[in-house]
Amino acid sequence: MNGLILLIYNAVLNGAPLMYGTMGEVLTEKSGNLNLGVEGMMYMGGAIGLGAAFYYEKMAGDGASGLVAVLLALIFAFLAGAFGALIYSWVTISLRANQNVTGLALSIFGTGVGQFIGEYMRVQEGGFVAISNGLKAFFQNSPFPAALRAVPVIGQLLFSYNIFVYIALIIAFAMAYFLNKSRAGLHLRAVGESPATADAAGIDIEKYKYLATVIGGGISAIGGMVYIMTIAGCVWNHDGLAGEGWLAVALVIFCLWKPVGAIWGAVLFGALMIMYVRVQIPMVPDQLYKILPYVVTVIVLIAVSLRRKRENEPPASLGLSYFREDR
Amino acid sequence: MGASNSIEFKNITKRFGRKVANENISFSLNKGEILSLLGENGSGKTTLMNMLAGIYYPDEGEILINGEPVQIRSPKDAFRYNIGMVHQHFKLVDLFTAAENIALGEKGRLDRSRIAAKIREISSKYGFIIDPDKKVYEMSVSEKQTVEIVKVLYRGADVLILDEPTAVLTPQEIGHLFTVLRAMKADGKSIIIITHKLNEVMEISDEVAVLNHGSFIGKVRTSDTDPQKLTEMMVGHKVALEIRRPMPKDPKPRIVVNDLTVRNHEGVNKAHHISFTAYSGEILGIAGIAGSGQKELLEAIAGLQVITAGSIQYLPDGKKPMELVGKTPMQIRQAGVSLAFVPEDRLGMGLVGSMGMSGNMLLRTWRRGKGIFVDEKISRDLAEHIREELDVSTPDIMYPVRRLSGGNVQKVLVGREIASAPSVLMSAYAVRGLDINTSYTIYNLMTEQKEKGVAVLYVGEDLDVLLELCDRILVLCDGHVSGIVDARTSNKNEIGLLMTTIGGQQPSGSVPAGQKSGKEEQQDA
Repeated sequence: MNGLILLIYNAVLNGAPLMYGTMGEVLTEKSGNLNLGVEGMMYMGGAIGLGAAFYYEKMAGDGASGLVAVLLALIFAFLAGAFGALIYSWVTISLRANQNVTGLALSIFGTGVGQFIGEYMRVQEGGFVAISNGLKAFFQNSPFPAALRAVPVIGQLLFSYNIFVYIALIIAFAMAYFLNKSRAGLHLRAVGESPATADAAGIDIEKYKYLATVIGGGISAIGGMVYIMTIAGCVWNHDGLAGEGWLAVALVIFCLWKPVGAIWGAVLFGALMIMYVRVQIPMVPDQLYKILPYVVTVIVLIAVSLRRKRENEPPASLGLSYFREDR
Repeated sequence: MGASNSIEFKNITKRFGRKVANENISFSLNKGEILSLLGENGSGKTTLMNMLAGIYYPDEGEILINGEPVQIRSPKDAFRYNIGMVHQHFKLVDLFTAAENIALGEKGRLDRSRIAAKIREISSKYGFIIDPDKKVYEMSVSEKQTVEIVKVLYRGADVLILDEPTAVLTPQEIGHLFTVLRAMKADGKSIIIITHKLNEVMEISDEVAVLNHGSFIGKVRTSDTDPQKLTEMMVGHKVALEIRRPMPKDPKPRIVVNDLTVRNHEGVNKAHHISFTAYSGEILGIAGIAGSGQKELLEAIAGLQVITAGSIQYLPDGKKPMELVGKTPMQIRQAGVSLAFVPEDRLGMGLVGSMGMSGNMLLRTWRRGKGIFVDEKISRDLAEHIREELDVSTPDIMYPVRRLSGGNVQKVLVGREIASAPSVLMSAYAVRGLDINTSYTIYNLMTEQKEKGVAVLYVGEDLDVLLELCDRILVLCDGHVSGIVDARTSNKNEIGLLMTTIGGQQPSGSVPAGQKSGKEEQQDA
């Protein structure tokens, strides 16, 4: 029993960065933009988010407020990802370049930028960038009172996570409401499904594509910051983020372009990622465990394509650029 | 004129690169009237209307609404001037419901009950039948068109543009559409219909404007003209609108299909228990609503489909009968069964766009080379032969077929199939998108083949042509053989009924799924 609770707890913890990465990409893809640069944006978010908290503490000294540090890390990570997505948007939406190529370029670019900034900070600060233990607590501990956390089973299962898990939940439900119930969400989905239709209906395609991609990129990048500040222990870690962004891209397919599905998917992927630590089977190498998320994605893709339900398919114009006078 | 002049085009010119799509076009549309915009494919009708709808912007000239010059730079602007267009390729989001599609682009809160109420009000006013909560991907073509028209009206359009609205409808559905259009006209709406079907022009419109190769030829009152005169305006010279149809000589069974059931790639049966006989020396037409199993049937005979049951007997002259089920496409082709399928995008199946005529001939002749080498001379000779025979206009036989005009591409495709001297020639949509002259060239090619004793299977969209060209017409309905009629004695109404109901009976409980909507609309009409 205890082992199971621990597994779930760790799955959620490991899944949290993926929740952001995936939700951001869901929003982006709903506009018909396939941004493969999630990996790069998460790297940028990770390095710049950490930098924001670190330099804030350095400037504020002992009086540094944990809440402000968390907010700054969130905002700067978001801006970093939004900046990357803005480049992507300009190249693919305004210049109508190929989305796959641009996304891959952003992945490489963002990874480079993130590692450069991370390493530069490390070297500048004498080999080690880390925030104080007092501030770390704000990033890593549960925002709920101890009494609530002490409730057996439920306390650990529901109230013991760091604040980013709860923020992810709020974003997921807000995004689901936005996409399915609001006028703007309907318009955004129309843009992703059939831009020509949306255009003929008088919807400003470029505006929706830009906004969804930039905001989505920002949300994705927060995932990188969450990874660095929670799992990696608030320390810049050269290769720690490697692969998270690609898992998020796979998760978007896994969760069938649904924000709330991204939460469950991320928890499942989180569990699969730590299986090799928690559920060890003798003779089975770690590497086999590590391919599990991808194997599960393939299985889900097959299952979905067999059912062929229209609602589960990707936005119809995903990956295509739109030009009104195209013939 | 003043208020009676609803829309006026003044010296409109539009170019795409070096190609001039519209040149110096001027004419006007009267308020509360129906105007047909007539012209062949590629004459610039849709381009001109797209400028009114804000999709394109004219390079020169101006558009006047009620005498005022206006700038229509986007579809939004078009809405502001109460202009709405129903495009030939429907602009609908498949995943959304009818109501969501209709209200798309509106501002304000998403109030679904208010939207549904407004849709119902419009529907009852003009006689539409529409379910606001039905998803578009579950709809038949005519239902989708209804959604499109309601969408335009919902937006408060006074000027409606319909681009080829009848191309995909059955005769009964067309009848209902025209009833609705007359109701809208009576309500004071102005309507422009883009079409190339003359009988419809004569039936529905008050005025006809004719375009030819991007230029405006003239505008006439429908009551002052007739189809022959209109064709001359449209084509620029006299055209004999008759198809030669000799009686079949010495017909013998050539293909006997018995109880054939075909399953497509998704595991859905697309043809059910089909039985018929195609005779040598006759053209067997195949009619049906798009997607009723025409493609699957022809492909099954050519060996390209999974056949779950039934048999296809092939009875060539002077040779022993042969069972085609289980044979590979190559074996079937070598036995003399040839398929010329023209898909919607023309190049998708049968031709390789980036190769020249010669290279495309090679797709059929490569086997005749020696050893591991292909003999290019055979394909070059064949390409030259077809180019001369069918008058294909191409700068060179190596010139990529993708860059040829639609008519020439189709001549290459059909020509190649005929050149293999088949004893069964199957062609689907051979005249899709062709101008009148080229269409008649193709019809005559079919008739020539028939006179040579070939069994021709011809899938067509235009019922008028099927009735004039074919000897017998097999009507498909939802993958079933609904009936086989004699083309010399049948009529459009009979075929239309067969297309929507198996056996052509009046609506009863046994309406096949997917066709129900069509029936409902007929009852309403």
